[in-house]
Amino acid sequence: MSLSTVETKAGATPGEEPAVKGIQGRTPLQLVVARLRTDRVAIISIVVIVLIIALAIGAPLIAAITGHGPTDTNVDNGTDANGQPLPPGSAGYLLGTDNLGRDILVRIAYGARVSLLVGVLATAIATIVGVVVGLFAGYYGGWLDSILARIMDVVLSFPYVLFAIVLVSVFGSSLPLTILVIAFFSFAAIGRIVRGQALSQREKEYVEAAHSLGAGNLRIMFVDILPNLVAPVIVLATLLIPTAIIFEATLSFLGLGIALPTPSWGNMLSDAEGVGFQAWWFYIFPMVFLLLTTLAFNLLGDAVRDALDPRTERIFAGRRKKKPA
Amino acid sequence: MPDPSEDGDVLVRAEGIVKHFPIKEGIFFKHQVGSVQAVDGVSLEVRRGETLGLVGETGCGKSTLARSIMRLFPLTAGRLTFDGADLSTLSRSQMRPYRRGMQMIFQDPYGSLNSRRRVGSIIGDPLAIHKLASGAERRRRVQGLMEVVGLNPEHYNRFPAEFSGGQRQRIGVARALALHPKLIVADEPVSALDVSIQAQIINLLEDLQSEFGLTYLFIAHDLAVVQHVSDRVAVMYLGKIVEVAEVKDLYNTPRHPYTNALLSASVVADPDKARTRDRIILSGDVPSPITPPSGCRFHTRCPKAQPICSTEEPLLKRGAQDPSGHLAACHFPVADGEKLASEKATILHTVEGFLAEAPT
Repeated sequence: MSLSTVETKAGATPGEEPAVKGIQGRTPLQLVVARLRTDRVAIISIVVIVLIIALAIGAPLIAAITGHGPTDTNVDNGTDANGQPLPPGSAGYLLGTDNLGRDILVRIAYGARVSLLVGVLATAIATIVGVVVGLFAGYYGGWLDSILARIMDVVLSFPYVLFAIVLVSVFGSSLPLTILVIAFFSFAAIGRIVRGQALSQREKEYVEAAHSLGAGNLRIMFVDILPNLVAPVIVLATLLIPTAIIFEATLSFLGLGIALPTPSWGNMLSDAEGVGFQAWWFYIFPMVFLLLTTLAFNLLGDAVRDALDPRTERIFAGRRKKKPA
Repeated sequence: MPDPSEDGDVLVRAEGIVKHFPIKEGIFFKHQVGSVQAVDGVSLEVRRGETLGLVGETGCGKSTLARSIMRLFPLTAGRLTFDGADLSTLSRSQMRPYRRGMQMIFQDPYGSLNSRRRVGSIIGDPLAIHKLASGAERRRRVQGLMEVVGLNPEHYNRFPAEFSGGQRQRIGVARALALHPKLIVADEPVSALDVSIQAQIINLLEDLQSEFGLTYLFIAHDLAVVQHVSDRVAVMYLGKIVEVAEVKDLYNTPRHPYTNALLSASVVADPDKARTRDRIILSGDVPSPITPPSGCRFHTRCPKAQPICSTEEPLLKRGAQDPSGHLAACHFPVADGEKLASEKATILHTVEGFLAEAPT
């Protein structure tokens, strides 16, 4: 494997890469990937995320294997003789059933679809809007910046749960509305960072060079400045996904997000209200999955930040040296 | 050397160029409290095929003048014509077609190249912006340019960080050449490089000039470099041009006291000459361009200053004994062999490599 040999050689001479034969130049992406591969936490996080994604994609498969749909109330065999929910490990129900006899495993798998969809889609919308708003504010400055920056300040200081309650009472709760609400309250976090970066980047000489070549403002913003902001944006977006997932769970828990009977981890938790210690499997399993998912995304975000930051080269060089050749 | 009176030989004509940068205060409601008068009424012409050197100390407005001529920002006042076209008030989009005729090489070989983009796309940028070539054709032309400036065309896909300072400056030169411009404004193109690399880049620029018939506006604070590359030299002080002449006239018979002081500060390679040379040390610092002195801007530090210097601004004019192209903005130009000494300027003798106070 050529990559690891390059790694060790580069590690021996930190800083500059001499143009010696056999050492190939690497793109920033290759560098980041190589660094992530040495990070055990990042690998575990990626594995967990991949498993959750597999669970979400395979939800219909799980439903088919178990024979229970996510909203099926299995009156015949989903409850015991007294009509009580089944505990985990019961025949046919790996994680037990809830008080309506619905299969918790199947509901968690379908809930993963909602959580990931909301997390990724809301983050994608928030990132695109945040990058565009931040770039325009930071690059143009002046009155446009004043207006956009103030808007972002207002959004960040908004009592978002109250706002969501009002919106839901007006429009009714739905998946698209949930995604839009989350995206609306998340874009400012990215927008602020991008604005700050764009402010500093536009003073760089390469921007002046592009200007002297005849490049227009849009080209300078998106072709010249944006590639320099990729690192912070990737880190922030990775960290926004778990925030969005928790946001969705919060809204659903409050009955403002995904409406029953469609399962989401949030409304499963809210459904488990009042069951106490008797039916602990009602809330433990959605909580564990919620925790695992957000933790994995958060740890991955931290790992990506470390991998993208050239100042952490020392840590990675040390790791490479410890590895047997 | 072309005749200066013939207007067809003038590529760039600047008349009374003024560039003031406003200073604003206030967090919510900004208001102007003053302005940095970076360039304040500069008239200059650059002739086709020549190299015009522009010297002056840091902060005198050289770079601002260069960017004014490149029209990288709106001019506060003045008239700028390039190749017969009036560019003084064109908007950014109106300027675009003219940018093909004028390109710039920047001082910082690190900051002026986008570190996140590949060399091929950086050099190909002008071709993409002006929609001159795309795909394989662009690649072919970019690799041709890389060869012209002495880069390995196989390094097309590398990032700027993989090159040395001198190689990076070659990338900048290739980018400037891509549009086959008539004028190249070089803003201190070698001052960030090692001396040995400086020579390579200067030789490259000279070769390219003869090969492509380029006109250079060459900005530097290194007088030896300017003397070597220039046909004519203009000296700037605090936003004004104080003297302009053909290179041998300026270096042999500088008329403006500031030019004299500046030239005396340059390093001479010949040790015999260096030992006998006088060095003029000016008192004080350069005044602030926010509140420049009245009259002649140099009068606060000038060893020859008279009362008139603080009230009346001297115009660029030719001295009686000078050739036609030698202009100086001074009421009391320095005569041949005159020694400048007063309480405002100390003359130091160089004795065996050390500076010592001269006997008066």
